[in-house]
Amino acid sequence: MKHRYLPMTSQDEKDMLDTIGIQSIDELFADIPEKVRFKGEYNIKPAKSESSLTKELAQLAAKNADSNRFASFLGAGVYDHYKPIIVDHVISRSEFYTAYTPYQPEISQGELQAIFEFQTMISELTGMDLANSSMYDGGTALAEAGMLAAGHTRRKKILVSRAVHPESRAVVRSYALGQSIEVEEIPLKDGHTDVEALKNLIDDNVAAVMIQYPNFFGQVEDLAVLEPVIHEAGALFVVSANPLALGALTPPGKLGADITVGDAQPFGIAEAFGGPHCGYFAVTKKLMRKVPGRLVGETTDEDGRRGFVLTLQAREQHIRRDKATSNICSNQALNALAASVAMTALGKVGTKQMALQNITKTYYMKQQLKNAGFEIAFDGAHFNEIVVKTKVPVKEINAALLEKAIIGGYDLGRSYDELEGHMLVAVTEQRMKEEIDAFVQVVAAAVQEMGATHA
Amino acid sequence: MHKDNQPLIFEMTKEGRIGYSLPDLEVPEIDLKDVLPEGLIREEAAELPEVSELDIMRHYTALSKRNHGVDSGFYPLGSCTMKYNPKINETVARFPGFANIHPLQEESTVQGAMELLFDLQEHLKEITGMDEVTLQPAAGAHGEWTGLMMIRAYHESRGDMNRTKVIVPDSAHGTNPASATVAGFETVTVKSNEHGLVDLEDLKRVVGEDTAALMLTNPNTLGLFEEQILEMAAIIHEVGGKLYYDGANLNAVMSKARPGDMGFDVVHLNLHKTFTGPHGGGGPGSGPVGVKKDLIPYLPKPVLVKSGEGLTFDYNRPESIGRVKPFYGNFGINVRAYTYIRSMGPDGLKAVTEYAVLNANYMMRKLAPHFDLPYDRHCKHEFVLSGRRQKKLGVRTLDMAKRLLDFGYHPPTIYFPLNVEEGMMIEPTETESKETLDAFIDAMIQIAKEVEENPEIVQNAPHTTVIKRLDETQAARKPVLRYTKAE
Repeated sequence: MKHRYLPMTSQDEKDMLDTIGIQSIDELFADIPEKVRFKGEYNIKPAKSESSLTKELAQLAAKNADSNRFASFLGAGVYDHYKPIIVDHVISRSEFYTAYTPYQPEISQGELQAIFEFQTMISELTGMDLANSSMYDGGTALAEAGMLAAGHTRRKKILVSRAVHPESRAVVRSYALGQSIEVEEIPLKDGHTDVEALKNLIDDNVAAVMIQYPNFFGQVEDLAVLEPVIHEAGALFVVSANPLALGALTPPGKLGADITVGDAQPFGIAEAFGGPHCGYFAVTKKLMRKVPGRLVGETTDEDGRRGFVLTLQAREQHIRRDKATSNICSNQALNALAASVAMTALGKVGTKQMALQNITKTYYMKQQLKNAGFEIAFDGAHFNEIVVKTKVPVKEINAALLEKAIIGGYDLGRSYDELEGHMLVAVTEQRMKEEIDAFVQVVAAAVQEMGATHA
Repeated sequence: MHKDNQPLIFEMTKEGRIGYSLPDLEVPEIDLKDVLPEGLIREEAAELPEVSELDIMRHYTALSKRNHGVDSGFYPLGSCTMKYNPKINETVARFPGFANIHPLQEESTVQGAMELLFDLQEHLKEITGMDEVTLQPAAGAHGEWTGLMMIRAYHESRGDMNRTKVIVPDSAHGTNPASATVAGFETVTVKSNEHGLVDLEDLKRVVGEDTAALMLTNPNTLGLFEEQILEMAAIIHEVGGKLYYDGANLNAVMSKARPGDMGFDVVHLNLHKTFTGPHGGGGPGSGPVGVKKDLIPYLPKPVLVKSGEGLTFDYNRPESIGRVKPFYGNFGINVRAYTYIRSMGPDGLKAVTEYAVLNANYMMRKLAPHFDLPYDRHCKHEFVLSGRRQKKLGVRTLDMAKRLLDFGYHPPTIYFPLNVEEGMMIEPTETESKETLDAFIDAMIQIAKEVEENPEIVQNAPHTTVIKRLDETQAARKPVLRYTKAE
């Protein structure tokens, strides 16, 4: 068997067998009991050459409608944002992507320093004291926040707003089940978390209250109003925040959040059909020793030079085993690097400017839709998403948009029974005026055309 | 490697520099005060860097030079399968039709992506011998938890509510007991015998009606095949428990033995290990889970279904454990793994395992005279040496690992598994040439000699890296986890 990834020659093989003192490679597998031994070869597709496989997979990829060829107004937690081209050049450096967890700090200073910088940037954006080196994604980060809170408060109930991403809520419930934690949902009022309902639900059994900022409907929740209700009951305030929005919004850390989590996908990370993205996890200092996952800390070497190491590892599974605060091991390091590069490229000024562009273009879309006679369901403060009443099934409008090379918004009826016929429309800085105008035009025309049939 | 410290990016910042090029606004500007409540407008900007594009590229290039990856040199980190990461994988994962598609698009617009996922599932079913596979878990530990939650749901669905215990061998990966805890189980440890294998008598002692599952790596973390796997499966199944396969070591047995044929009920794989993910400096990974028929109803939502009209995601799964992750898993890593499997084919995957095992045995035999080999038999894809002989001379395994850095190698996994004193777990992988193995062997032998003749050079290692040994106690006692601007 000759293959470009397998360097062994038949002479090598012979020499090595001699050294081992055996006749054939098969002897090395003699300890596998006859009854379980697999004979022959897997019944899978035969190997393809580099060029034919590349061609086949390029054709497969071309079957998908991608956001290079289509103007996307689909958000709902994953966004088509500006990705500085430099990001891909940095993460393509194979010293980064072919390494593993930096267990040997002397030859991993590059990765360790990059993570230390990531931790700093996330802390800065969220206004929290510290952040870890990454989680799988925003949804599992939120679930881990729930587990941390339950452990910390020794309480067994979590309240999660219905304005939190439906898929994240589902993940929270799955993790909570494992820990026998009860999860209750806080109802909505005008597309926001209902504060009065929260007051009725909360009691001293509640470990955490989870709020999304901006929420799933693109509405900016007033964290300052929620915070005292949560803390008076002795619960932890957990905020799931879009880190890009924090370029313009007051950070959760300034508004009393104990844990801020989210996904750094808006910073230079490809949509990639939902993953890999990059969860982040930031806390106040008092929760530092309960954070899941890896933390990089600064220290010095024998000569007093600054260096970075994995630290506070007593929390982690490879040391604490069944007493660990979490089972996370591999995380999303390469995407944390991507996010760091994007946050660096955007920097202090660009992050704010990009956030403002999202708000500005979203309000432009809102105005255009209103002008075209559409009702915007929730009229609060928006970040980069609005909810529009479509009068006809969203699926049909999206089909009409697709014909014009536009990917339409999210059909809220998929997750909220009461929001049938409501579309969640995302407008990022990537959407140009022409595209927004075209979107409104096609939607208006489609509704007019279908209105008759659906009336 | 460059010896000068690289400043933090925050220390290079200069007001007025930018590194971005945002799209034009084109629409009327608005005043935030008109649209946001007063207290929610950020007053102080986040202190992110202000640097030019060249500054950024130089910074990260400098950092990359202070990092060792598989492309930099040999990386025999046991249990991590640090094999070559094929470049075609990177190209394919970046095709716009894979990288720039949204998970909530209409299914008709992402059939290509769904076909790839479906076909990857089919391939993994054949490779593992399982009946169904989910690609959703993001990494190995996530797969373990997913699998255990399914086992829990299975028992509970049968009214079997008292199966509170998960058994793990003393040589298990740390994630096994941690995942058991997160899934709500209590961990029970089963001992290894003098051959480094699970002690069957001890297993019989710890199993019972409260056993939910036994988690096993096969070959185990010593690189040894659990020969009595069928007996173990019988013991677990007899008491109504399930057998869980930790796939971290699958590289050792592809085309030689399938977990599904060994009696395992649930399997997780680490696509970033066996199937060239890559490792990314710590992730992202992908940890698919395969199950036998009786566990299919509990698979996480959604499940990919093929019909005459194409592929759809099925959410109507009343017995499912629910969602384990938003969307459908780490798609980008799954694309890479699929590309790898298609590059290798059935004969290629067979050769992968054969050479991985040949390489490990060759190194083990060459090194055995110079170090203690606690379990002297053919290994699989990795083997564990003990540094206890060297420890008697005042040199610890940690010192020898640090000395290897001077030779340009990433050291083996050390002090693991826990049942070997001063352990060094070496996994060469199949993509390394005999010349590379020989050079590493020579370095190890030289270090063993140094321990006898000149131990200080080992005790004070490394000597050539950009930084010397770091004070980890200081890092943990006074944690500095972020940069703060000096006042």
